[in-house]
Amino acid sequence: MTEPGDLLERAIAGERRALGRLLSLVEQGGEAADEIAEMVHDRTPGEAPVIGVTGAPGTGKSTLVGHLVKEMAGTGGQPAVLAVDPSSPLTGGAILGDRIRMDGVAGGRAFIRSMATRGHAGGLALAVPAALRLFEACGYGPLVVETVGVGQVEVDVTRTADTTVVMVAPGMGDAVQANKSGLLEVADVLVVNKADRPGADDTRRDLEHMLDLGRITGLAQDWRPEIIMTTATTGTGADQVHQAIQTHRAHLAETAQLEARRQASIHQEVLDRVTQHLGTKASQYLSTQPAALTEALEGHSTPAATAAKISKRLLSNQPPS
Amino acid sequence: MTDMADGPQAAVAGRTAPIRVVLAKLGLDGHDRGLKVVARMLRDAGMEVIYLGLRQTTDTVIAAVEQEDADVIGLSMHNAGHLALAPRIVKAVSDAGLDVPVVIGGIVPEADVSALKEMGISAVLHPGASAVAVGEAVREAVRGSLGDQPVHD
Ligand code: B12
Ligand SMILES: Nc1nc2c(ncn2[C@@H]2O[C@H](COP(=O)(O)OP(=O)(O)O)[C@@H](O)[C@H]2O)c(=O)[nH]1
Ligand SMILES: [Mg+2]
Repeated sequence: MTEPGDLLERAIAGERRALGRLLSLVEQGGEAADEIAEMVHDRTPGEAPVIGVTGAPGTGKSTLVGHLVKEMAGTGGQPAVLAVDPSSPLTGGAILGDRIRMDGVAGGRAFIRSMATRGHAGGLALAVPAALRLFEACGYGPLVVETVGVGQVEVDVTRTADTTVVMVAPGMGDAVQANKSGLLEVADVLVVNKADRPGADDTRRDLEHMLDLGRITGLAQDWRPEIIMTTATTGTGADQVHQAIQTHRAHLAETAQLEARRQASIHQEVLDRVTQHLGTKASQYLSTQPAALTEALEGHSTPAATAAKISKRLLSNQPPS
Repeated sequence: MTDMADGPQAAVAGRTAPIRVVLAKLGLDGHDRGLKVVARMLRDAGMEVIYLGLRQTTDTVIAAVEQEDADVIGLSMHNAGHLALAPRIVKAVSDAGLDVPVVIGGIVPEADVSALKEMGISAVLHPGASAVAVGEAVREAVRGSLGDQPVHD
């Protein structure tokens, strides 16, 4: 059994396998993950740019990320990617196909790690920032996180990012859909991919209109996302996206928002962890079939009253009765 | 630890996370239908499939295994190159200091199976292999490799 400390030393020295193993430990959470977080803490100044890329399935995110990491590597970066895909809710299994698209373009220039959501919203929200810190501690940066912009969980993950690129494509997963699903609200850079397809200009116009009319709520007041047309299959426009990401980051730094975003994301992470911690405590307690639960089960008290009673007890740290 | 992650199907004794498997075809061999079917079978067996698909090399497979912390490699072969490719991948795995079993499927004559096993291939599957047989072969290979080194606590 290899210890996390030993693994970290080897990972920092550049051993891919050791970093791969550490990422698994971080993903699984629990004591080993906490231990790693502790060791990594002093080595993560939080200076590595974090870029989120999100959008409907099939819009071309992975292909574009392949080009982005190529650009990053070409300008002296050592990019790492976290590619998040959903697990099957039925079997817990997953087919993780981002890597093949990315690596097909990037040809080994990035450390790519595929991560399944494992049907566990809270787990993912905790694992992503932890994995990013691990990457930075091992000398990687910029860091890219690809998520499918469908569920709230996946959108939430973008909060970890300094810059979020939202991708739409003509037809399915277009501008209107993206707006409905709340995706556009998190956009710092907008990409209309598949510009080689009919309808791409319409999609662009829709987005411009939404921005003009203020139809997209939640956007920062002092930043209008640039809309970039790309054809990820050929790489056309990828350099502009790379440039726009850097421009946005510079804007954040100038307006002192970078630090504010980081703090907001740490705030959220602490909240997520507290929530998880209390949730675990609560389910452990309920599984002991306490009298208070039995009361509710037998209809002698309402679920709400029972929950209030149990919460109070758990928070005051009284021994379970 | 998590509800679905350690679904009964994915689990082998002594681990809590789903089995992670890298699926690929090496070299010039365009038959990816079987590999796609196998990807679904394994997903439905509760595993996490890192799908590399066509035209991979031993290098891209090893890089994927390392970065993805895969437990097992699955290769699909239809170009009669299995006797040449199998020892190469087995050597690449051991050169990288990895302890990851390799499972093969596709067009492999029955007569070659024992030679492949001797080279260090854990299992060989043939056309018509059922989802259960495919899942069990992969799970068994992982179980076998965990037997001599309990990497997952
Ligand atoms: C469909 C097919 C094609 C399609 C491929 C489409 C595609 N995208 O896959 C096309 C038309 C492109 C094609 C082309 C060629 N083919 Co062709 N093709 C077939 C055929 C008819 C079926 C293969 C198939 O898809 N089966 C269905 C899948 C689901 O089954 P499977 O792949 O066997 O997978 C199962 C198991 O083997 C196992 N398995 C497979 N892989 C793995 C991996 C793991 C990890 C595990 C656990 C299990 C597992 O599980 C699967 C589920 O049961 C076979 C004949 C046959 N009966 O197999 C010939 C066959 C494979 N082709 C053959 C040949 C020679 C060719 C060509 C060279 C020329 C030609 N004669 O047509 C070209 C080469 C193309 C190239 N670039 O490589 C030969 C190969 C001979 C050999 N190896 O000795 C075969 C056997 C035909 C024959 N009898 O001669 N082919
Ligand atoms: N026509 C066209 N197809 C594209 C483009 N970008 C990606 N694709 C294709 O769209 C499919 C999905 O791409 P992928 O990068 O996996 O999308 P993701 O699901 O958003 O990560 C693949 O078949 C790509 O080849 C593009 O600019 N134009
Ligand atoms: Mg993708």
